[in-house]
Amino acid sequence: MSAVTKEIGGASNGGKRVIPANKASKWYPAEDIPALKKARKTAVRHAVLRESLKPGAVLIILAGRFRGKRVVLLKALEDGTLLVTGPFKVNGVPLRRVNAAYVIATSTVVDIASVDVSSFSAAYFAHEKKSKKEGEAEFFGDEEKKQKKVISEARIADQKAVDTALLAEIKKVPALKAYLASSFSLKKGDKPHLMKF
Amino acid sequence: MPETHRLYVKGKHLAHQRGKRNSHPGVSLIQIEGVSSPMEAQFYFGKRVAYVYRAKKEIKGSKIRVIWGKITRSHGTSGVVRAKFRSNLPPKTFGASVRIMLYPSNI
Repeated sequence: MSAVTKEIGGASNGGKRVIPANKASKWYPAEDIPALKKARKTAVRHAVLRESLKPGAVLIILAGRFRGKRVVLLKALEDGTLLVTGPFKVNGVPLRRVNAAYVIATSTVVDIASVDVSSFSAAYFAHEKKSKKEGEAEFFGDEEKKQKKVISEARIADQKAVDTALLAEIKKVPALKAYLASSFSLKKGDKPHLMKF
Repeated sequence: MPETHRLYVKGKHLAHQRGKRNSHPGVSLIQIEGVSSPMEAQFYFGKRVAYVYRAKKEIKGSKIRVIWGKITRSHGTSGVVRAKFRSNLPPKTFGASVRIMLYPSNI
């Protein structure tokens, strides 16, 4: 019950008054509002990826548009996906996110110390929000929308920046470029449970 | 060399899980090519399986249909595995080929 002494104006008001710092509340609820239990969950921790997924490792993509492609892992993004690039000129895979469960990590590693990937995050790859207005116009204009998707200049520039640095490293290793250009597939007699990747 | 594009392991749908006189159609037995022991089969646990078949009627632009499932556990001592599908595989598929995908991958 801390009290504060306040100065008051007016000639016949006594000059000072002692007022409690925290006033008692005028209204109390009829029933006690139950207090929420304190959540014991701490901040979401970044999931640990399996050991074989090191930056610079060559991965085999198992599903999706680029299935079978051998690709270079650049870094793990905060949303749990992996940032990956072909490089684009070698096998047509652009800077892309890939889910770690749909990937086999090979033991081949490329040195990516010279490649700058600090500017990429999950937000970079987020879908652009489509405007929901113009309901009918959109419906009729659907056919027009099926034209080629335009890739932003920024993406092309980023791709080029990463790839030129990466290609320089790839050229140092004999046959690595051809390796990345080739696709993985299972042949007759292959037993993945016995294969060493 | 002809280029293959196969990214799945071939398998056969042998039968439903069963005793001598009763069968449980919810669980299918799959024989994976090249797998002959439970130790070898362990690699495939959790992997997705697809039974792919063709039909006359086109649905959403394709005449090819898939029933997805996953390999749940081993069965017996010779490398056969049990799998559960989203909808049970019909008995007419006994002996049919099934595709065991390499994902979700743990390598």
